[in-house]
Amino acid sequence: MSEMQAVEAHEAVAHQFDDMEQQHDAATLGMWIFLVTEVMFFGGLFTGYTVYRSAFPAAFAAGSRLCEVLLGGTNTGVLLLSSLTMALAVRSAQLDRRKHLIFFLICTMLLGLVFLSIKGLEYFHKYEEHLIPGSRFAFAGPDARQVQLFVYFYFAMTGLHAFHMIIGVGVVLVMLLLAFQGKLTSRRYDTVEVAGLYWHFVDIIWIFLFPLLYLVDLHK
Amino acid sequence: MTHVVPARTYVLVFAALLALAIGTTEIARIDLGPFNAVVAITIAVIKALLVALFFMHLLYTRHRTKIIAAAGVVWLAILIALTLSDTLTRNWLPVPRPW
Repeated sequence: MSEMQAVEAHEAVAHQFDDMEQQHDAATLGMWIFLVTEVMFFGGLFTGYTVYRSAFPAAFAAGSRLCEVLLGGTNTGVLLLSSLTMALAVRSAQLDRRKHLIFFLICTMLLGLVFLSIKGLEYFHKYEEHLIPGSRFAFAGPDARQVQLFVYFYFAMTGLHAFHMIIGVGVVLVMLLLAFQGKLTSRRYDTVEVAGLYWHFVDIIWIFLFPLLYLVDLHK
Repeated sequence: MTHVVPARTYVLVFAALLALAIGTTEIARIDLGPFNAVVAITIAVIKALLVALFFMHLLYTRHRTKIIAAAGVVWLAILIALTLSDTLTRNWLPVPRPW
């Protein structure tokens, strides 16, 4: 190890940690504990959804038919691709490939923005068709009130998810600034690793939202 | 504990995720009765596992981190199971309601 590397290694470890490995463990463990609280945060909505879907299966099927599978499916692909670029960004940081890191972070951020734009388009269609829950909600078929309940869940769950996406895009933007400053090297890539954990978690939430909201009753 | 995963692995996982996403959409078009929901959730769990194990490096972390991640799933299962044990079992007995 050259003198330069030794100095850098010393600076990369915060003084409360013995070595890089312990610091890396603490960083990822802390993020995982936060993500577990997030599971419980979304878990309340998933539980409520399960209770009401088991109570009103026909209305939830009718509500699901209001969702645009093509847009939702496209968004699934966009988000999965963004997870790939995020994983490759972390890998680039591990290997000290700064240009690749910046490229993959930009890809991730752009894909996140594409996801949010498509989501916004879906919301706009819901608005045009009077499918926003509230006094102007209009549904012609039977069980209109129970269908409105489904749409409540649709907006609460995708809304909370979109909010997490907005935060995620902000986090990736910060990673991008750090990468430009050369602060994400193989010795201190914990920052981008932890940001990646958050990004992938938000992807996992969507993996469950897509079949629960869009694919309930595609076969009729 | 830097473990660099080959880029090939990430691309393969992504391909599997994409195939499962298309698969779940196509299977949803077939009427399987109550098994539509079972298949949809099973595929979603497989996809979530792929993301957690490879993209989130859970496969390469210490057991302690794996236990923490599993705890989230266990507590969510308790939340859903205990709630449903109430809502699904109402009106099982012909007890007159006082309200």
